[in-house]
Amino acid sequence: MSKEPVAVVGVGQTKHVAARRDVSIAGLVREAARRALDDAELTWSDVDAVVIGKAPDFFEGVMMPELYLADALGAVGKPMLRVHTAGSVGGSTALVATNLVAGRVHGTVLTLAYEKQSESNAMWGLSLPIPFQQPLLAGAGGFFAPHVRAYMRRTGAPDTVGSLVAYKDRRNALKNPYAHLHEHDITLEKVQASPMLWDPIRYSETCPSSDGACAMILTDRAGAARSPRPPAWLHGGAMRSEPTLFAGKDCVSPRAGKDCAADVYRQAGITDPRRDIDAVEMYVPFSWYEPMWLENLGFADEGEGWKLTESGVTELDGDLPVNMSGGVLSTNPIGASGMIRFAEAALQVRGQAGEHQVEGARRVLGHAYGGGSQFFSMWLVGAEPPSS
Amino acid sequence: MRPIRDVAVVAFGQTDHRRSSDELSEVEMLMPVLHEVLDRTGLKTSDIDFTCSGSTDYLAGRAFSFTMALDGVGAWPPISESHVEMDGAWALYEAWTKLLTGDADTALVYAYGKSSPGSVRDVLTRQLDPYYVAPLWPDSVALAALQARALIDAGDTDEHALAGVASRSRTSAAANSHAQLRGSVTQGDYVVRPLRAGDCPPVGDGAAAVILAAGERARELCERPAWIRGIDHRIEAHGLGVRDLTDSPSARLAAERAGAFERPVETAELHAPFTSQEVVLRKALRLADDVDVNPSGGALAANPVMVAGLVRIGEAAARIHRGTSDRALAHATSGPCLQQNLVAVLEGDPR
Repeated sequence: MSKEPVAVVGVGQTKHVAARRDVSIAGLVREAARRALDDAELTWSDVDAVVIGKAPDFFEGVMMPELYLADALGAVGKPMLRVHTAGSVGGSTALVATNLVAGRVHGTVLTLAYEKQSESNAMWGLSLPIPFQQPLLAGAGGFFAPHVRAYMRRTGAPDTVGSLVAYKDRRNALKNPYAHLHEHDITLEKVQASPMLWDPIRYSETCPSSDGACAMILTDRAGAARSPRPPAWLHGGAMRSEPTLFAGKDCVSPRAGKDCAADVYRQAGITDPRRDIDAVEMYVPFSWYEPMWLENLGFADEGEGWKLTESGVTELDGDLPVNMSGGVLSTNPIGASGMIRFAEAALQVRGQAGEHQVEGARRVLGHAYGGGSQFFSMWLVGAEPPSS
Repeated sequence: MRPIRDVAVVAFGQTDHRRSSDELSEVEMLMPVLHEVLDRTGLKTSDIDFTCSGSTDYLAGRAFSFTMALDGVGAWPPISESHVEMDGAWALYEAWTKLLTGDADTALVYAYGKSSPGSVRDVLTRQLDPYYVAPLWPDSVALAALQARALIDAGDTDEHALAGVASRSRTSAAANSHAQLRGSVTQGDYVVRPLRAGDCPPVGDGAAAVILAAGERARELCERPAWIRGIDHRIEAHGLGVRDLTDSPSARLAAERAGAFERPVETAELHAPFTSQEVVLRKALRLADDVDVNPSGGALAANPVMVAGLVRIGEAAARIHRGTSDRALAHATSGPCLQQNLVAVLEGDPR
């Protein structure tokens, strides 16, 4: 028994901004879905099923919003699934949709992820009450800052590396019309002079809070043959989870991330990720996570990730471009952020990434993570159909 | 449409569903059930290829509530795992698709829900259109009453017949030690006309777990696997004003796609929290009078939110495991007035 090959034939996203006061949640998601359908030159009636994801319902204050969004997404009379795996959800949602095609349940599936953070207060949504979590964590930055510090101590990385990532990603974002932050006057000095929020994480090294949605059209071999533009083919996809906190957990380089990448590489026949993969869109909400994930994903040996960043390898014109779109550091509608990474990987191998296109990108990795570095989802897409 | 791979329910476990479980966390409520299905199959967590859960943060009153349950599952070494913010029946659907791809041969599916900490009628209003409807706080019983009124006005049922549904369900539940409302239960006063207390589900806490396995693996793990011959789910418009509340086209379409109409079923486990919804579903699913509907007592006997749909699949499967049914239909619902419906058709090997 072999799986049906899966292709991405449509990608759509909204212009991500701090607050989309001109549209409802339904209007926001429909905009992204409509653009994905237009890209694929398909209509609502071509869609067999809808798979939707977002991060906690508390972020907008709507319980199980897929029920209310069924009409806006043309899902009436169709199957509709709602995925929630914390920050990795955008990636997981795409993978659940992928399985519907790979398992030959449906031929063409619309998958979409969103967050309209302006509708509510994400900081409140993330602040779990005692006794569920110890106090003093002060949001996501407070949780991750000690792990960044541990990385610096473990690897001896100079404290300038984080600012290099932020400076690079914000410049990449200037080439992406959908990115939230367009800081035309950005300089490295400005990043380094920005206020310290959670030592060692500075203000300019953190992600914004965005309203936005991202959608993709996934289809089978027959659907890909009808695609008006080059499809992106799925070569490997995987999810891995591990507990939030326990004595044996490596918060700097979680094993779930390593295992997830290894599974994707096995499926895709990747033996040397640094050589075999042309570009990476990874989930970097705080700048230091670029060098950390470079090691976790096998692009650098342990302790060596920061050297790739420092030497310019991860720049848009470098040998291994990372976060060509501007990344989570420039755009963060939390529930959609993982899917934007997956979608950017697809855009790159389709040659549809516009000004931030990496020339000759044939195999690109999309990466997402969530929770306390405990949920991982990744996919590797290619310009050519998978061989097996 | 016949699935490309044979997948079966090989084990099912559920808690005793209770009005309150103050002394237990969600994880503590879930753990015995997880161990029950693992013990029944002899599997360890590390033997499971894929894990998927269903729950909702809005019952727990905190974001990311499912992460705590994951810690309880024992996700070390790391596991392949996912979560739907839906009834566990849809987690089972996701796991089924994963098994169809061939990437996994076994899956653990679980769901839990504690309604006791809050007012579930109020909580469920937060599912409604957030701009135009939710601000009015129409609660789940009031919306179900609208549906019941529409049915009575259409001549599809009357209050006496609804009382009969309630009585039959709770009489059946007398044999179900997990059920919350069992035996003779008075219809009581009106809650929202025309629904009386007896027409409404009990509010309760509970958890359930299922193990799925594909092909030969299923036969190794279970003497009589409950094969999923078909499973499908469909959603309808959210706005009640654009739906015919006396009908359930989504349930009918899901049943058709699941192959339910190809041959008669002997047993049907319907997720109908209100008596009037059983009337709608019997018609949409074309259930003949001789079909044994809700021998477990159904959602009128125990309705742990986010769990009750998975329990229907589990109960139907358990009857096949025990040899008391050869072909059974299981149904789950979500959303106001049966907005979203899932139908699975389960069969045992011929005897």
